[in-house]
Amino acid sequence: MGSPVPAGEGTPVGRASSTSPGLKAPTRRGTELVMLAFAATLVTGALILVEANQEQELTMQIVYLGLAYLTLFALAHLAVRRWAPYADPAMLPCVALLNGLGLVMIHRLDLAVDDDKATRQVMWTAIALVLFVVALRFLPDHRTLAKYGYTFGLVGLVALVLPGVLPGFIAPPINGAKIWLNFGVFSIQPGEFAKILLMVFFAAFLVSKRDLFTVAGRQILGLDVPRARDLGPLLAAWAVSVSIMVLQRDLGSSLLFFGIVLVLLYVSTERAAWVVLGLVMFAGGAVVAWRLFTHVQTRVSNWIDPFATAQEDGYQIVQSLFGLGTGGIFGAGLGAGRPEIVPEASTDFITAAIGEELGFVGLAALLLIYLIFAMRGLRSALAVRDTFGKLLGGGLAFAVAFQVFIVVGGVTKLIPMTGITAPFLSYGGSSLLANYILVALLLRISAAARTPKTAPKPKVQQPAIADQHTVMVERPK
Amino acid sequence: MNTPLRRVGLAMMVMVLLLLANATYVQVIKADDYRKNPLNSRVLLDEYSRERGQLIAADGTPIAGVTKTDDKLEYLRTYTNGPMYAPITGYYSTRYGPAGLERAENDLLNGSDDRLFTRRLASLITGRDPKGGNLQLSVDPRAQQAAWDGLQGLTGSAVALDPSTGAILAMVNSPAYDPSPLASHDVAEQKAAYDQYNTDPGDPMLNRAISSTQPPGSTFKLVVAAAALAEGKNKDTTYTGAPEITLPGTNTGLTNYNSTTCGNGTTATMEQALEKSCNTYFAELAGDLGAEKLRAQAAKFGIDDTDTQIPLTVVGSTLGEMADDAAVYQSGLGQRDVALTPMHNAVVAATIANGGVRMKPRLISKVLDPDLGVIDEIDPEEVTEAMEPEHAAELRDMMIKSENNTGGEGRLSGVQIASKTGTAEHGAEPQKVNPHAWYVAFAPADKPTIAVAVLVEDGGNRGLGATGGKVAAPIGRAIIGAFLGGG
Repeated sequence: MGSPVPAGEGTPVGRASSTSPGLKAPTRRGTELVMLAFAATLVTGALILVEANQEQELTMQIVYLGLAYLTLFALAHLAVRRWAPYADPAMLPCVALLNGLGLVMIHRLDLAVDDDKATRQVMWTAIALVLFVVALRFLPDHRTLAKYGYTFGLVGLVALVLPGVLPGFIAPPINGAKIWLNFGVFSIQPGEFAKILLMVFFAAFLVSKRDLFTVAGRQILGLDVPRARDLGPLLAAWAVSVSIMVLQRDLGSSLLFFGIVLVLLYVSTERAAWVVLGLVMFAGGAVVAWRLFTHVQTRVSNWIDPFATAQEDGYQIVQSLFGLGTGGIFGAGLGAGRPEIVPEASTDFITAAIGEELGFVGLAALLLIYLIFAMRGLRSALAVRDTFGKLLGGGLAFAVAFQVFIVVGGVTKLIPMTGITAPFLSYGGSSLLANYILVALLLRISAAARTPKTAPKPKVQQPAIADQHTVMVERPK
Repeated sequence: MNTPLRRVGLAMMVMVLLLLANATYVQVIKADDYRKNPLNSRVLLDEYSRERGQLIAADGTPIAGVTKTDDKLEYLRTYTNGPMYAPITGYYSTRYGPAGLERAENDLLNGSDDRLFTRRLASLITGRDPKGGNLQLSVDPRAQQAAWDGLQGLTGSAVALDPSTGAILAMVNSPAYDPSPLASHDVAEQKAAYDQYNTDPGDPMLNRAISSTQPPGSTFKLVVAAAALAEGKNKDTTYTGAPEITLPGTNTGLTNYNSTTCGNGTTATMEQALEKSCNTYFAELAGDLGAEKLRAQAAKFGIDDTDTQIPLTVVGSTLGEMADDAAVYQSGLGQRDVALTPMHNAVVAATIANGGVRMKPRLISKVLDPDLGVIDEIDPEEVTEAMEPEHAAELRDMMIKSENNTGGEGRLSGVQIASKTGTAEHGAEPQKVNPHAWYVAFAPADKPTIAVAVLVEDGGNRGLGATGGKVAAPIGRAIIGAFLGGG
C-alpha cells in the first residue's frame, strides 16, 4: 500500500505513525461530517426528484422526512466524535447514504401504493441509531465481547431457531418463511440479530481454539485436510443452516449464515481446505434440499426460467427483470418508473426498484457504496492488532458484502432468489437494528485500529498496517 | 490472519464485479428484450397513462379524444360517432393493442414521436405531463355522414377524395363496429366486444374500403378507355355494337346488359359504349389493346401498388393474370380476375377529375402539437401523370354522358356529375349471386372538388336485379350533394 519512499527520506516508520511524538494522528471526523452532509444533499435531492416526478406538492411530509434524516445522522456523528473519535470516517456516510436512499425509495413506493411505510422506517432508523449510539457508548473495547462469546452463541442459536419451532400464533409463516416473531403491534426477525450474535461467538471461539484447527491433518490433493474431530464447528454450522432452510424455509439466511461461518473458519485457520470442504457440504446439502423440498425446487426453476411461469411463481422475478430492463442504463428517473409492480418492492426487491428508477448507473453506484463500506470494514480488520477484532471485523464486513450479493444476485437472476433484505436499504426494523449494531461494532474495531497508543514503545511497536508505507530497504552491502 | 482477510476482500470485489456484470447483462444487453416483452406492462402503462392526442375532423370536431379517469390508466380513449369513423380511427385497446390510425400514428399520438422532441424537452423543464400530439384529418363530417347514412343496412363501403390533393374526405364501411368498448379500461368489456365483432358474420372489423378487393365491373371501363385514349383512339373510335360476341378461342358468349345493342347495332363509338356501358365494345377494345397496355394504364392509376399508405395500408388491387385473349376480353369489363379496393377505384375517378394527375390519397392534413400548434403540414403528393390532360377531359365528357344516362335516385340539381356505374358479377355461379353495385363519380364535372367510389356488395337490397345505377349511385350522389352543400 502506498508508493515507495526513497531511501534516506524520513524514517523507516510511516508518516502517520502513532509512535511519532508530537504528531497527532488525525481523527478524520471533519471528513466524516462533510461526507455526511454530501449524503444528506444527495438524499434530499432524490426526495425532491421523487416528489416532482410524482406530482406531489412540497408537503410537510418532505420537511419531516428530510429533517428527521439530518438530525438523526448529526446525532450519530456526534456520538462517534465523542466515543469513537478515531473510527473510520467513510463507513457512517456510506450507511447514511444507503439508509437515506432506502427511505426515499420506500417513500416513493408509499406514494404508488398509498401506504405509509416511510414514517415507520424513519422511526426504525431512529431506534436503530439509538442502539448504535448505545453500542458505541457502552462498548469502549470490542475485545470485551470475546469474553461473552459462549453466551452470545447460546442466545444467538436460540434466537435463530426460535421462530422455526414456536407455534404459529406467535411465529406466523409470512410468504412461506417462518422467521418472524409477532408481538401484536410490531414483529421482529430474531434471525437478523442472531447473525451478529453468532458471528461474535464464532470469532471468539475460533480465536481461543485457533491452534487446534491449524494442526495439520493429512495432505490430500495438495490441501491440508483437517482432522475429522476438528470438523465439529463446521458440521454444527452446517446443521444450523440446514435447519433454518428446513424449519423456517429461509434459504437466504441459511446461505448467508453458512457463508459467514465458512469465511470465519478460513480466516482464522488460513487454510483453504475449510472452504473447499464447506463448499462441498453446501453443494451436497443444496442438492438434497432441492430433491426433497418443493419450495427449493420452485426457487431453482424460477431461476432457470422464470418466464415459464411468468404469471405464477416466476411473476416476481420476471417483473423485477422487466423493471431493471425498462430502467436500462440511466433508469426511468426517480418516481417516474413503476417499481411498485414488483411484489415486495420495498423489502427484498428494493434494489430492483432502484435499478429501475436510477438505472444501471444507479445500481452500480449503490453496489460500489456497499463495496466501499465493506472494504473499509475489512481494512479496519486488517489494521486492528488483536486477532478477535480481525476475525470479527472481517466477518462483519464480509457479512454485508455477501448479503448484498445474495439479494442483488437474486433480483437480477444471477443466483436463485432467496428472499433476504438489502442491508440499510430495505424496509424492516429488525434488519435495520441489527445492521446498525453491525456498523457500531465495525466502527469500534476501526477506532481501535486507528487510535494512537498513548504510551509509545519504540522499535517494538508496529504501526497500524493500514497506515504503513511500503519502504524500500537498501540491501546490506 | 491478514493474508486470508485480503483474499476475503478479493472475494468481495469479485462478488460485486459479478453483480455488475450481471446487471450489465440485464439492464443493457437484455434491456430491449425485457422492455418490449408483451408481458411487461410498464411501457404500456406509461403510454396509456399519458394524455393521448386527438384525431380531429376537417371542420374541427374531435372524433377521438380522451377523458380523465380515476383508475390506474389515467385517460380513457373516447370516440365520437365511433362506428362511423372506425375505418379511419381504428381502436386503442389495452388488450388488443392499437389499430387503424391509432396504430399507424401511435408514436405521435402517444407523444414519443421525434417531431415532438422539443415539446417533450419543454415539458420536462416546465414539469408538465408529456402529452401526445394531435392529428388534423382531412375527413369531412358532412361527406362521412352522408356515406354512413347511405350505407345503413347494406354491406359495402364508400370513399370520397379531394381530386386535387388526394385528401380523403370520407371513408365508411358497413357493417361497422364501435371502437369505444375496445378502448374500455375494463378488460372483460374489451374481450366481450372483440369476440362479438369477430364472430359477427358481417365481419364489421374488416376495413372494406382499403382491405378488401372486389371485381370492379363496368367501372373498370374507365381504365380501358384511358388506355385507348393514350393509344391515339378517341371518343369516336368504333368497335362492335353487337349485343353478343363470342370470346376468342372459346364457344362462350359475352353479352351486353339485358342484351341491348349499342350504336347502330353493328358498330358503336367509345362515347356511346361508355354511356350505355356496352360490354361487347369494351371487350373487343381491351382485346385490341392487349394485356400489356391495360396493365400499364392500370399501373399508372396505382392499381398494382401494394404499399399505398394513407397512412393505413391499402391492399394491392390487381388485374389478375390475363393469360389468354378471352381473359383480356373479360378483364376489359372489370370481370374475370380484376379486383379493386374501393379506395383504388376512387383514385381512378379522382385522377380523371384532376386532369390525369394522380394524387396520393391521405387522411392526415396537419400534425399538431399537444397545444394544437401546427408542427407539420402534409403537402399534397403528386404520384404520376396517369393520363394526358386532354384525354382526361375527353373521358370526363364521356362520363358526363354516362351519368346523364344513369338512372337511380338522388340526382342533384345544379351540379353536373361525371360518373360510371358498375354491376359486377362474382362468385362461382355469377347468374345466381347478387352482383356488386359500383358507382364512381366526381363533381362538379368542370371543376371537380370531390371524387367518390361507392361499392354495395351483393346487390344491397335490390337482389339479383341490382345495378350500380339503382343501388350505389344514389349513395354516391348523396355524398357529393352533402359535400357540395347542394343536396
